[in-house]
Amino acid sequence: MTATETLVPFDEALTRYDPVMGLEIHIELNTATKMFCGCPTGFGAEPNTQTCPVCLALPGALPVVNAKAVESAIRMGLALNCEIAEWCRFARKNYFYPDMPKNFQTSQYDEPIAYDGYVDVDVDGETYRIEIERAHMEEDTGKSLHVGGSTGRIQGADFSLVDYNRAGIPLIEIVTRTIEVPGDKAPAVARAYVSHVRDLIGGLGVSDVRMDQGSLRADVNLSLKPKGSSALGTRSETKNVNSFRSVERAVRFEVSRHAGILDAGGKVIQETRHFHEDTGTTSSGREKSDADDYRYFPEPDLAPVSPSREWVEELRKTLPEPPAVRRARLQADWGFSDLDMRDTIGAGALDLITATVELGTTPQAAKKWWLGEMARRANETGVDIDALGITPQQVAEIQKLIDDGRINDKLAREVFDGVIAGEGTPEEVVVARKLEVVSDDGALGAAVDRAIEADPDAAQKIRDGKQAAAGALIGAVMKEMRGQADAGRVRELIIEKLS
Amino acid sequence: MTARDLTKATADELSRTLAAGEASSVEVTQAHIDRIAAVDGAIHAFLHVDAEGALATAADIDKRRAAGEKLHGLAGVPIAVKDIVATIGLPTTCGSAILKGWIPPYDATITQRIKAAGLPILGKTNMDEFAMGSSTEHSAYGPTHNPWDTTRIPGGSGGGSAAAVAAFEAPLAIGTDTGGSIRQPGALTGTVGVKPTYGGVSRYGLVALASSLDQAGPVTRSVLDAALLHELIAGHDPMDSTSINEPTPDVVAAARRAEVKGLRVGVITELGGEGFQAGVRARFDEAVGLLTSAGAEVVEVSLPSLEYALAAYYLVMPSEASSNLARFDAMRYGIRVPPADNDDPSAEQVMASSRDAGFGDEVKRRIILGTYALSSGYYDAYYGSAQKVRTLLSRDFAAAFATVDVLVSPTSPTTAFPLGDKLDDPLSMYLQDVATIPANLVGIPGLSLPIGLADEDNLPVGLQFLAPAKADDRLYNAAAALEALLESKWGGLPLLAQAPELEVAR
Ligand SMILES: [Zn+2]
Repeated sequence: MTATETLVPFDEALTRYDPVMGLEIHIELNTATKMFCGCPTGFGAEPNTQTCPVCLALPGALPVVNAKAVESAIRMGLALNCEIAEWCRFARKNYFYPDMPKNFQTSQYDEPIAYDGYVDVDVDGETYRIEIERAHMEEDTGKSLHVGGSTGRIQGADFSLVDYNRAGIPLIEIVTRTIEVPGDKAPAVARAYVSHVRDLIGGLGVSDVRMDQGSLRADVNLSLKPKGSSALGTRSETKNVNSFRSVERAVRFEVSRHAGILDAGGKVIQETRHFHEDTGTTSSGREKSDADDYRYFPEPDLAPVSPSREWVEELRKTLPEPPAVRRARLQADWGFSDLDMRDTIGAGALDLITATVELGTTPQAAKKWWLGEMARRANETGVDIDALGITPQQVAEIQKLIDDGRINDKLAREVFDGVIAGEGTPEEVVVARKLEVVSDDGALGAAVDRAIEADPDAAQKIRDGKQAAAGALIGAVMKEMRGQADAGRVRELIIEKLS
Repeated sequence: MTARDLTKATADELSRTLAAGEASSVEVTQAHIDRIAAVDGAIHAFLHVDAEGALATAADIDKRRAAGEKLHGLAGVPIAVKDIVATIGLPTTCGSAILKGWIPPYDATITQRIKAAGLPILGKTNMDEFAMGSSTEHSAYGPTHNPWDTTRIPGGSGGGSAAAVAAFEAPLAIGTDTGGSIRQPGALTGTVGVKPTYGGVSRYGLVALASSLDQAGPVTRSVLDAALLHELIAGHDPMDSTSINEPTPDVVAAARRAEVKGLRVGVITELGGEGFQAGVRARFDEAVGLLTSAGAEVVEVSLPSLEYALAAYYLVMPSEASSNLARFDAMRYGIRVPPADNDDPSAEQVMASSRDAGFGDEVKRRIILGTYALSSGYYDAYYGSAQKVRTLLSRDFAAAFATVDVLVSPTSPTTAFPLGDKLDDPLSMYLQDVATIPANLVGIPGLSLPIGLADEDNLPVGLQFLAPAKADDRLYNAAAALEALLESKWGGLPLLAQAPELEVAR
């Protein structure tokens, strides 16, 4: 990246160029064991405790395909409306890297398990069909930790440690064909696609699909072509895009960056780029060149995978209802308007609301908290809604506290603050922060008396039968009680005292 | 039996001697350890001798036998293992400097089977580095010498296993065969060597040279011994996904049957003419004559695609090797040699300098060949074409086996050549395997049997039997029959009885 790189504002860039996107999603499967050995796959274990001769690539060790991973891959392929290969092989992708024990990745090359699929995503009321080129099986690499230096990057580090627990975890890579949609919709379509795939795969139960934990990772490939031209431009491949919001921002930034280069008569370099969450920008990673030759060849240590048609059809029967059908059903069940539904999907809250409703909260209350409160917080803090630190369980508990009259909506927001800050369960936060509404007649009665004394006009109106005037007195009591009064009980006390 | 008799006996004889209580396993094992001490200075068949471990196993077997436990037939019979097979606690170097001092934390599946059956492991045998070679001169730890003439090579890559058995240092040995590394040393040392059907013996724990070609097998002094060892190590292994999930053919029964009357034998036209030493051809023709006289129906069979086999092999093998050997990067095991002129090297630079220091010339040559053959733009012309040759060759063999039961050829075009003779001429070294390579390319089994000495140099000649995949039993039946015919010609003794006495170190 040159220091003088100029960015062209997104909207302006679109007047001269059309973006062409390609999206690659890596999904870490949640199988109990790794892709080619029997090692466990749990997240967060002590480094190098989930390893064996196979995933450490000790001399002589051989891989064996995890049948459960193949099953997950087929179900995923079916959910993406793909064809399932009758016969396919693994291949070796050869390159040297310290966190890759064999110095080749066992992957699929020209014979993917699933190919030629599509998904339909909705953005602003429009449906866009995203074509899937392929979904293939591969294995993850280990993880390098660079110690010393300031950046945490390999450059300048004193030494590096490698954790091979992740080496060999099964991955599915889903690759789209090129996506060409109206430029102004491109960022939202990219986001909606990733979000849609997340929901789809999450529904299959084959992956945790957590972007924040890396079990769903997206790469954004983008190029620009001048308006009216059919020639594709050179693309960049942006990695490390760790949230839905970042997908959208990465597209916007790369459009601006490419346009700046092209406007200045420059050439876009084919390279990988890293997305930076804090600044919303990308920086140069590794240049791709002709020297990048992975010398793919069929993996001779593994027998071909040839799923029988009967098995594939059996697996097809295990698929959950298709997303469109599910959405229609949920919308009807919940009594949501089309706009409510669109907002729900746009906010990535479909599963969250579903789970909350399943815990006994009314759909209206669940909508209020997730689309009102949580979507606002997610926007403000720039994280995805499911990474806020609030679970459907907690929302349901807080709504229960409201329904029981122990807190009100206003206090509930403080409870959310406390839960997000890690102060404990909603119940614990209510106790610790002394948020419970006061419904004790002694304390409330005294406050009501003071309010009547302070506002004789309002009191007189109520005595005259104008009950609407009670609002002023209730407000005064609430103010004195710093919002923690049981408003219903206050109203009753006022009427009692003044009738 | 005297100690000397114990080392001259076949594994089958030792098995019966042990079962009858005429000798203990400790005595048998000690006799071999003594023999190794006496002659291995001159032969250098072993890279590592584990006297203590072998004797401990032997003592354990003796105790269990005394307690009346039902033991495996080969329990207590010592064995030598090629240094390419992973063995817990014993160095496994593959004849390479890059694995100097590496001790595996796990056992190969065949090691597990050997241990479970109670065979004392005498040690690890020398080999061409990563099994790349036909002379055992490409070992980083020095060459092995042929017991028939210590100025000559024992063949390779498994020269250590073959020489150990030929020099009576071990009655049994494990070899591996990617293009002839069991059979060619067998021919050159007067021993029996078998490459089983691909997938017949687990490859789990064999350090891979070329995954689609490698196969482990027995190295012995008799066909029956080979069958006994074959039976022990063969069979399905869930840890190797290329392992055949079917029962192994009854090779021991076949070796005992030894009947060639009515057997249809095909002599391969393309193997035996030009490039084959006169003495090799003469012994081969005589052996075929013996088969005919014993009632076999001998015909000549042509395999037209054979002329491409060597070229295809030298694309497939280095291609797979270049990828298989990528893991030797000094990151997790093996020697680590930082670059000399760089105080702050990157991981990639340490990898490069370690590989430069740790790999020998032949290994580098093949890694470069294979890397080139797999390169984008060359793949179809090289690796792709080579795979097509394998398909053509498979069809040729299928057609041949439609008319004959077994095929025969000389195992190697020449007898053992002098050390250093072909070191600077890799192409002529590669030609050593012209007759053995086809079996690896198509996955069929092959057996080399000693059939006499060449007139011009008095060195052993081998005949190779080939059979269809999963019909390994046919090899044993035919070879055992020919072995019996030859031994009756040699006064009831094996060919090795004619080997010169080795000088014994004191
Ligand atoms: Zn493992």
